Amino acid sequence: MSEAPRVRGIVVGHGGMAQGLIDAVRRIAGSAADALVPLSNEGMSPAELQTALNEIAGTGPTIVFADLISGSCAMAAMVSCRGSDCRSVVCGVNLPILLDFVFHQDMPMSELVPRLVGKGRDGIRALPETA
Amino acid sequence: MSIVLHRVDERLIHGQVVLGWGSQLRPERYLVVDDDLSTSEWEQDLYRLGAGDTEVVFTSVGEARAAYPRWREDAPRSILLTRDVAAMGRLADGGTLRDAKVNLGGLHHGPGRREVLTYLHLSPEDEEVLAALDAAGVEVSAQDLPDAPRVSLKSLLGG
Repeated sequence: MSEAPRVRGIVVGHGGMAQGLIDAVRRIAGSAADALVPLSNEGMSPAELQTALNEIAGTGPTIVFADLISGSCAMAAMVSCRGSDCRSVVCGVNLPILLDFVFHQDMPMSELVPRLVGKGRDGIRALPETA
Repeated sequence: MSIVLHRVDERLIHGQVVLGWGSQLRPERYLVVDDDLSTSEWEQDLYRLGAGDTEVVFTSVGEARAAYPRWREDAPRSILLTRDVAAMGRLADGGTLRDAKVNLGGLHHGPGRREVLTYLHLSPEDEEVLAALDAAGVEVSAQDLPDAPRVSLKSLLGG
């Protein structure tokens, strides 16, 4: 029985955010951060951003982690993933999402995506917690 | 006037518009004027995601020209967006935009376009349309965000 292909991760964001997040993953998780590819929208038109996403994603299963749901990065990601069975977009990316992703790339996309969304939400807390 | 911003931005509804300008102008409606988008429901759904709870109207340039006088008088505070200079120019045909202000907010590099500002690249055809807008009584300037310097059309075109 063949193994499921490992899911690739692309982090797309404004300015240096993608590279900065992946640098943070590397400091915590080491070379597991190699599973992530950064992409900035700096100086890129919507069409160029979509092309870059398509080139990086290739044909394998890919999750595109975008920074802001109303942003041009998320828009390009959603257009790029439209009609594809093997690509998903997760908006509002944060460090807990990426850390969980790099250690669970072998999971099926159908299970991995909702898991990551939950991890991202769980990672946002106000402390001390109020009732 | 209830149209609080006329903007040319190839990204249309996105972070700079929704958060940068939106936080200051408090729009209640986006008017997206684009022939292709006006007939593409799936793309409209994507842009609506970015707009949150704010109403979004998609129309062709022709429909927009007819509706514009009503939009100016409508109650909802609106941001009008086109994704290229040509569409704003066509909207202005017949004096529709006389005395309006048009903001150039984001056009990236592409074939035949020269960099005018880091966020603004214009083709010779764009420059012709902008000069025509100016001649028709439309005040054109570039400004990507509310707290950024506003650059006049004269400065942009080196006049």
